[in-house]
Amino acid sequence: MENPDISLLAPVTAEYAPLGRTALLPALHAAQAIYGWLPQEVAAEIAAALGVPLVEVFGVIEFYKLFYPRPVRKTVDIICTDPVCAMAGAQEAYNVIARHYKPGALDVTVQRSPCLGLCEHAPTALVQEKQFGELHPRMDGALTDDIGLTPFGVPGGDLRLLTALCGKNRPTSLVEYRANGGYEALVKAFARPPEDLIAEVKASGLVGRGGAAFPTGAKWEGAYRANGQPKYVVCNGEEAEPGAFKDRVLMEEDPHRIIEGLAITAHAIGASKGYIFIRGEYPRAYQVMRAAVEEARSIFPVEIEVRRGAGAYICGEETALFEAIEGKRGFPRIKPPFPTTAGLFGKPTVISNVETLANIPLIITLGADGYRRYGTEKSPGPKLFCVSGDVMKPGLYEVPFGITLRHLIEDLAGGMRDGKGLQCVLMDGAAGAFASPDQLDVRLSFEDLRAAGLPLGSGVVTVLNETRDLRDVLVRLARFFADESCGKCTPCRIGTRRQYEILERLAAGQRRPGDLELLQDIGWTMTDASLCGLGQTAATALISALRLWPVLFSPTDGKEP
Amino acid sequence: MSEPIFLTIDDTVVSVEPEATILQAATRIGIRIPTMCYHKATTSCAICRLCVVEVEGSRALIPSCVASAGPGMVVHTRTARVERVRRTILEMLASSIDLSEAPELQAHMRDYSVDITRYSGCQRRCPPILDDNPMYIRDYAKCVLCWRCVQVCAEDAQYTYAINFSGRGFETLISTFYDRPIMESTCVFCGQCLGVCPTNALKPKREWLLEQGQSLDEIIETTRIEKRTCMSRLADPSSEPERKQP
Repeated sequence: MENPDISLLAPVTAEYAPLGRTALLPALHAAQAIYGWLPQEVAAEIAAALGVPLVEVFGVIEFYKLFYPRPVRKTVDIICTDPVCAMAGAQEAYNVIARHYKPGALDVTVQRSPCLGLCEHAPTALVQEKQFGELHPRMDGALTDDIGLTPFGVPGGDLRLLTALCGKNRPTSLVEYRANGGYEALVKAFARPPEDLIAEVKASGLVGRGGAAFPTGAKWEGAYRANGQPKYVVCNGEEAEPGAFKDRVLMEEDPHRIIEGLAITAHAIGASKGYIFIRGEYPRAYQVMRAAVEEARSIFPVEIEVRRGAGAYICGEETALFEAIEGKRGFPRIKPPFPTTAGLFGKPTVISNVETLANIPLIITLGADGYRRYGTEKSPGPKLFCVSGDVMKPGLYEVPFGITLRHLIEDLAGGMRDGKGLQCVLMDGAAGAFASPDQLDVRLSFEDLRAAGLPLGSGVVTVLNETRDLRDVLVRLARFFADESCGKCTPCRIGTRRQYEILERLAAGQRRPGDLELLQDIGWTMTDASLCGLGQTAATALISALRLWPVLFSPTDGKEP
Repeated sequence: MSEPIFLTIDDTVVSVEPEATILQAATRIGIRIPTMCYHKATTSCAICRLCVVEVEGSRALIPSCVASAGPGMVVHTRTARVERVRRTILEMLASSIDLSEAPELQAHMRDYSVDITRYSGCQRRCPPILDDNPMYIRDYAKCVLCWRCVQVCAEDAQYTYAINFSGRGFETLISTFYDRPIMESTCVFCGQCLGVCPTNALKPKREWLLEQGQSLDEIIETTRIEKRTCMSRLADPSSEPERKQP
C-alpha cells in the first residue's frame, strides 16, 4: 500500500497540537476525514503532535467502532440491524445491500450497526455522514442518494413544552428561539445567586432523564459545594440505547434550549466550561449544535465545546464519556469518586442528559411550583417517550408523567399497525424489561413503574405485535451488548458474549439441559458484579423475558414431551 | 494517627485504619478472598470482580480490593450470591482462556467447584503465540486481561508505553502499536510485565524453548543468534537475518 501523504495532515496537527491529549478524538476524526481511514503513519504523527504515547493512540483507535485502523472503501454504508429496524425489514435490506457490494466488487464497505437512533423511521442507515430513514434499497442492492428519506423528528403528545419548537423539519434559529421567549430564563438565572437556583431545581423534583433518575438538584449542590477548580458542565448526548431517539430530535431541532439549560447549570455550580458530547452516529445533531453554539456567542460569552463520539454505546456511561473527552479509551471508572467531586479531568462536574438540560429553562421560567403542576407528586414535569415498532404512528411523544402506557400506545401512537394484536412492550430498550399486555394500564411514572417491576429508563417504548419472534429480538439485544461491552471487567466482557452465543444456539433450536440455569447464572453475575451500568443491565431484558415466558427456551417449547 | 474503625466481616469484628480496604481488613483476620487482577505493586482497578463481597445496605456487590472499609459496615464474603458470581466468573474465564499455567486460578476453580462443561461449544480466545524477540514470548491465549502488564509498562512503573489494547469487549487483546513486533515497539525489556503476569501468558523465551524440548546448548545458540540479528537489524533495517547453522 502507498504511504499516505503526511503533509495533508499539517492543518490538523497545527489546530489540535496545542490542546494535547483531550484533542485526540477530534484529531482522529479530522484525520480520517482526509484519508478515509487511519494508517499508522498518520496515527504516529498525531501521537507526536498531541504528546500521547503511540500505543495509546492505537488503543483509542481500536476502541471506537467509527475509527478504522485498517483500510475501508471510499463509501461506508452503516445499516442498523437492531430490533426496531429488524422488525421493519432491515435484515433483508442489509442482506441485499451486502450481496450487491460483496467484498472487492465496488468501492463500498457495508457495515452492520447498532441502533442509529432513527427508530421512528425504521429501517435506517448512515451513509457518509448522511442519515437515512425508511430505507428502501433498490432490488439490485445499490445504495444511491434516493435510498430513503431524511428522517426528521415526529413530535406529538399531550404537552409541547420541551418539544414546543420541534417538528419543523429544521433547527430552530437563535432569532426564532428568542422570539419564543428563549434565553429569558438564562437572564433571570444570571440575576439570581447559585444557592437560590439550586434550591429551585431541588424543589422542582427534577431527576435525570438519561435513565438513572438521579435528582438533578442534589447533583448541582454536590458540585457547587465541592472543592476544586475549574468546574465543568457536560451534556451527555451519547444517546445510544436501542430504541432511543429523543435527544437526537431535541438536539437537531431545538439546540438553543439545551445550550440555555447548560449555561444555567454552569452558572449555578460555578463552572467555567461546558462540553456537549454527541454520539458519532448523529452527524446532523453535531453540526446543528456546533452552529447553535456559534450563534449563541453573539448574545453571551459561551465557553462550550461540542464533541463527537466515535461509535461506543459505553460512552453514554458518564465516566466513560469523560474518558472519551480526555482522549482515552471509553472505559468506565470505578465509583466513588463521583463526578460531582472528581469528574471530567478529575474536577467537580455536573453531567446531565440532553432532555434533563432541556427541562432547566422551563423550571426557571415556571418556577418549581409551576413546573410541578405537570406530572405526579413523585414524578413531576413533562417526559419524552420514544415510541417505535408496531404502532400506527411511531414518534416522539411529550406527556406529563402519570399517563398510562395504554394512552401512549393506543391514543397518541394510534394503536397497533396492520390490524395485529399486541404481544408485549419492551420498556427502556436493550437495558430494559418487557411489559405484557395486561400491564397496559400502568401509569408512566417512576413510582408506578417501580411498583410494576418495570423500568422507565430514558423513555424507550418498543411495541411488538403478536407475530414477532421474541427469540430473534432477544438474540439481537444480546448481540448488541456483546458488541458494545468495553471489555474492562470480566463478568461483562465474557458474560455478554456467552449470553449471545447461548441465545443464538437456543434460537436455532439446539437446546441443552441446564441452559436456563446457565443463562440465569451468567445474567445474575453480570447484574450483580459488573463494574458499570452496561454490564449491570445487560441481562435485564432476558431475565424479564424468562420470567414472563418461561417456555420460550424450554426444551419442549412448552409442549408435553 | 487517626482513630481505627470497626467493621464486621463474616460475623467477626475487625478494627483497621481508616484508609484500609475491605480486602485488607479481611486478610487481617485470616479471611481469604480470591483475587486475580489485584497486585500489591499495581494500581487496583477492580476489573476481574472475583473479590466482590456483599455489603449490607448496598444494592450491587462491592469489589473489596478498592472499596474502603467503613465504620459499622457489615460484610459477608461467602453468601450464595457471592459464590454464584465467583463460580460463574471462574467458569467463564476457563471457558475462554487457557488457565493451565495459572496455579492460583486453578486453586480457586477447585475451591468454587467450577464446571466448564456447561460452556462446551463456546468460542475460546486462541490467538497464535507471538515469538518475535529473544527475551520473551507472548501467548495471549492464556491472557485473562488483568491489565497488570499494561500498568507496569505505563505509569505504575516503567513509563515505556510499549503495550496497550487492541479491539474491545470479548475481542480485547494486549497489543503493541498496530500489532508491530516487540522489537519495533518502545519495549526496553525491563521484564516487569513478566513479573506481574498471573497466567504465564508472558514467559521468558529460554524457559519456553526448554518446554519445547530444546537442549540448553540449542537454546543458548538460538537466542544468541536472535539477539545479534535484532541488534544488527536495529542498526541497519535492510540487513538479512542471520541463519542458524544446521
